Parts: sequence; C-alpha cells; structure tokens
Amino acid sequence: MNLTFFLQNVVNALQWGSFYALIALGYSMVYSILMLFNFAHGDIFMVGTYIGFALTTAFIALSAAGIVVLPNWLILILTIILAMLFTSCLGMLVERIGYRPLRGGPRASAAITGLMIGIILQTTVLYIMGAQRVLFPSLIQTTTYNVAGVAVTNIKIMIVFVSIALMIALHQFVQHSKWGMAMRAMAFDYAVVPLMGISINTIAAMTFAIGSALAAAAGIMYGMAYPIIDPSMGILFGWKAFVAAILGGRGSIMGACIAGFLIGFIEIFVATIFPSTLRDLIAYSIIFVILVFRPHGLFGEPYSARLRL
Amino acid sequence: MRTRLMFGLFLCGVLGLLLTLSACGDKDSEEAPRQTMQDVIRIGFPIPLTGDIPDVGESTRNAAEMIRKQVNDAGGLEVGGAIYQLQFIYDDNESKAESAVSATTKLITVDEVLAIIGPQASKQAVPAGGVADNYKTPMISPWSTNPNTTLNRPYVFRGCFLDPFQGPVAANFVTEEFGATKAAVLYDIASDYPKGLAEYFRKAFEDIHGPGSVVAFETFTTRDVDFSAQLTNILRANPDVLFVPQYYNEVPLIVRQANSLGWNKPFMGSDSWGSGDLMGLCGDACQGHFFSTHYAAAGATGATKDFIDGYQAAYGKTPDDVAALTWDSVNIMLQAIRDTGGLSGNLSRDRDAVKNALGAIKDFDGITGKMTFTPDGDPIKCAVVVQIDQEGQFSFFKSVCP
Repeated sequence: MNLTFFLQNVVNALQWGSFYALIALGYSMVYSILMLFNFAHGDIFMVGTYIGFALTTAFIALSAAGIVVLPNWLILILTIILAMLFTSCLGMLVERIGYRPLRGGPRASAAITGLMIGIILQTTVLYIMGAQRVLFPSLIQTTTYNVAGVAVTNIKIMIVFVSIALMIALHQFVQHSKWGMAMRAMAFDYAVVPLMGISINTIAAMTFAIGSALAAAAGIMYGMAYPIIDPSMGILFGWKAFVAAILGGRGSIMGACIAGFLIGFIEIFVATIFPSTLRDLIAYSIIFVILVFRPHGLFGEPYSARLRL
Repeated sequence: MRTRLMFGLFLCGVLGLLLTLSACGDKDSEEAPRQTMQDVIRIGFPIPLTGDIPDVGESTRNAAEMIRKQVNDAGGLEVGGAIYQLQFIYDDNESKAESAVSATTKLITVDEVLAIIGPQASKQAVPAGGVADNYKTPMISPWSTNPNTTLNRPYVFRGCFLDPFQGPVAANFVTEEFGATKAAVLYDIASDYPKGLAEYFRKAFEDIHGPGSVVAFETFTTRDVDFSAQLTNILRANPDVLFVPQYYNEVPLIVRQANSLGWNKPFMGSDSWGSGDLMGLCGDACQGHFFSTHYAAAGATGATKDFIDGYQAAYGKTPDDVAALTWDSVNIMLQAIRDTGGLSGNLSRDRDAVKNALGAIKDFDGITGKMTFTPDGDPIKCAVVVQIDQEGQFSFFKSVCP
C-alpha cells in the first residue's frame, strides 16, 4: 500500500466518518440527559435531509422564477440554517409527544416508542414523497483537486470542515455556556438538579433540538455527497451511528465524535483490503472485540452516564 | 390525565393516517369488481411497487394497464369462441425476495390467477419462479436475465435474453469500441442479477484477453452509498473501462463518485441502466456512456413506435425497457391463452394448456424483436447497445445478435 493510495483512503474515510460522528452525537447527548436512546434519531436524520431537499428545491425555484434571486452559496447557507431550525422543532415535538409522557414509565417502553416514531416518520415521508428516490439538487459544482495524486473534492473539504466546526461549537456551548452547564448538571443527576430550579423539560427539549439540528446538518451534507435519497436511508445509518455512540462511551461527546470517525476509517479500510462484501462483517467484529475489552466504550466510565468532554 | 389525553389524541392521529393510507392502497383492486369465473381471465403481477426499484413496478403496471384497457375496450379477449374480460391483479413484492414468494403464492392460491407476469428483477424472479413451478402455474418474467429463473422449471418463461449472452456482448463491445485490454467490474454481490452478470462478463473478457485482464473485481452490498474504497482500488489498478451491471439508483452514485476520484475513462453498463429514472437521478454525469439493453426508444419504427406514442400519450413519459418487455410478455401470454382453443374452467387443466401453448409459439413478433422460446423457456432474440447522448436520450448504437 503506497502513500498516495493510503492518503486517498484517509480522505474517503474522513468524509464517511463525519456523518457517523454528527449523528452519533445526537444519540449520546440524549442518553446522557434522559438515560434513553432515541431510536428515532436515524429517521430524524432522514427527515432533516428531506427538509433540506424541500428548502433547496424551493429556493432554486424562486431564483429561477426571478422572485428572489440568490446565489447558490447563499441558498446552501440558508438551507442549512433553516433545515437545522425546522428539524430541531421536529426533535422537540418528538420529545414532547413521544418521550415526555413516558418519562416515568419503564425504560423499555421509551425505547419501543423511539422505534415506533421512527416508523411513523418513515411512512409519513413515504406517503408524502412516494417510494421514488429523489435527486438532491447540487448547489455547488463538484471540483476535483489533485493534491500529489490524491483526489480531493471541494464537497469533501466542506463536509469535513463543517462537521468539525459544528463539533467544536457544541463543545464550546456545553462547556462554556449557562445552558451547557445546566445540561452537564442534568447529566450528573437528573433527579436532584431539578430541585435547584432547572427544568428538566426545558433541558430535555433543548437536547433533542441540538441533536436534531446536528442530524439535519449531516443530512444536507449527505445529500450533497450522496445525492440520491429515499425514505429508508436513515435506518441502517442510524443503527451504525448508534454503534458509534456506544463505542464512544454512552454519554460522551468526544467519544461519539472519535468513535464516529473510527467507524468510518474501519469501514473504508476493511473495504480496501478485504473483499468489500466482508466489510460490515469484519468492521463490526472489530467493534465487538473492542467492546468486549472495553464494555463502557472508549470514553465511558462504569456506572455513570455523565456528559463528559 | 393530560398524559393520557395526549396519548389518546396521538393514537387517533395515527389511526386516521393509517386509514387514509389503506384507502389509497386499495383503490386498484376495487376498480374491477370480481366477476364470475366464466367470463373473466385473471392474471397476477407480483411486482415491486415499493422498495428499492419502485419505478420498475410502475412501468410494469403502466404497460399492463394499456393492454388491459385496449383489450377490454374492444369487448374482451376471444378464446375458442367465448369472450373474456381481462382482470389484472397487482401485488407488491416490495423489491424483496421473501415478499415476492408470498405475493406469488397469494396470487396463485387465493386470487386463483390463470397465469403470472413478473416479478421483474432476478432477485425476486428466481424465488418466485420456484413457487410458480411448484403450483404448476405458467409465469413469464419480462425482465429477469438470470439463468436460474427458468432453469429446470417447465412452467417458467422469460421475455428477455440472458446474462450469459449479455456478458459476452458487453465484453466484445468494449474490446472493439474502446480497444480495452484491461477492465474493472464493480457490482452488488448481494443481488442475483449484478452478481451473475459480473461473473459472465469477467469470463468473457478473460477469454478474449487472457487470465488477469479483469484487473479489479470489486463488490458492495445492497443499499451501500459510499463506494470510495472500492473505486480507489479500481483506479489504482488502472483499467481501460469500468463495467457496472447495476440498477438506476446506484449508477448515478457510482459514476459521480468515480468522477470525483479522477476517473475519466468510459463506463459500460447493462440493461438495468435503461429502466427507471436514470437520467433524472444522474443528470449530465452519465452522458456519453454505453449500455447493452433490449430496445432503444430513440429512432423506433412500426409497432414499437405505436407503443411508444401510446405510452407517452397515456403517462407522459417515454417507456423504458421494462415497459416494452412487459408489453411483449403480456401479449405473448394472451396469444398463448388464445392458442389453447378454449378454456375449460378447470384451473389446473387450463394452466397446463397455457404452458403448452407458450412453448409452441414460433417467431412471435414483439416490439423488442422476434421471440421463440427454447425448451428452457428462454427466448432467442437480439441485444442492442445504446449510448446516452447529449440530450439524455438512449440512442441506438449497435445491434448484437446471438
């Protein structure tokens, strides 16, 4: 394996891992606050992609009709911001309707609720959009740069940088803002902290909103990198990101990011070396072995789900 | 209390949604009320209306509905002096092998159809063919090119040529047209059609250029979207052409990702490229590439042109090869039913008669070429290589006969 070939695969893996990392964050944060995995998260990612698709299509149509003429880069920024906003509303709605009524109930009910909400979201999108795959409109012309034999596209660079920027922003928010402090306190003990005057309803809603917004950002970038989208795209992706969240250590934000990229690297490099059919088999066997030796994940601590950085 | 109320409201909402959905789903079967056994011929279509390839199911239904309307509007189908109305039953196989088996079983045993048209993709047609043969029901899969669909199944026929024929067509074509001496293949190993075709291509290409001339033979699994690792391997092997026997939902992703990794040589595809909304999903990226297929819409004449015009008038789009092959398959099935000289009303005897009549048809003049079934149930017909031109049309490039 020569160096250029190796670097090319590193570039490929960075792009692929970015999606896992962004989605795994949503799983991890919700777990740290509410001690439950939001199994609808993969489908929230899917809905975020479709909202991005609808917004982009609408903006392009408006521009084409000459009503509001916007340059493509502005459409992209507006789409990302608005889609994050709408999807976080959806996330809060899911929390309000799906999880809050069951908060006192058995843990299993909440997990099943997540699965059901996922199916409801999928079938709703299927009903509105049909089973046909749709093409995510390309806002940025793909340009390939050849850096010492390694092919890098502007989209790849954008995806990796935006993902890392969002992760750093989240880190700053959790670590240095008042709300972030409330989240960390809530993750520490969600029975006692409400006694200090912090509403668990507000914090839980906020956590869902942030997780969903990140999923929407991931969805739009996914649409740009893999522009053919369909209503069932969130299932497998959501499951793999869930694996990343567990691998990173439940409740650990840095763990989720690092594990997301790690899964991306493992998948790409297994597919490079072995017949690609064995990719998931080998990749997830490796992760299984890691978990056998580190049952709490890379950054998890026993008996605790504190939000750590 | 509030919690319960919320939950109740939520349940009501879900139920309402479900009712709306099921009401929509039932529309097709409600359209034609059940009639008595004497004056109705039922044909079942286990086709992919949802799942990975819904466009294929839609094309099948569109073409079949055209025939049904034509025949029923003209009074019905005359078989041995009696007039029959056609009733077509469409059942969703969800693009899954398991669902194809259950849909086919249901059509044969519950709906008691005389014959089956479909499923389309080999992944569903191979297992469904086993069901039809067990129940001794004649079946034509219009689009399945995998040999196992009809192999040792006297009741199963197909409307198209086979992969063992399409593989050499593609291998010869890239050798002659591009002067290729090294080829690469990227295919879905979890699906019967691409897997079979990839292996036939490799065998044919290595027969021409010697062992090892297929320099990269890379695989992926259904529903994968990232092919960068496989494509990086392929680029490193430096082939002259990349053969991609995939469906319209994967081809655009593969072509775009290959281009963004620096691939600028030709792609060669198979008949699966021609179905569905390839150009809508692929855009300019697919222009200039070639694939082998069953018929070319651009530049058609005669009966083929009449079919294309009728289809365009009814559905507002150009029929793909699935629609054309379904058209031929349904017509050849109706021909066979007419050739039986009369139906007895005894379902198993009639099914046998239709099967025998299908095997006896000589030089059926279809819109995708003349067809005669071999004893295995496979037609002898020609393949067409088309190029995707600047307007995104599939234009005729070359005809290759066996």
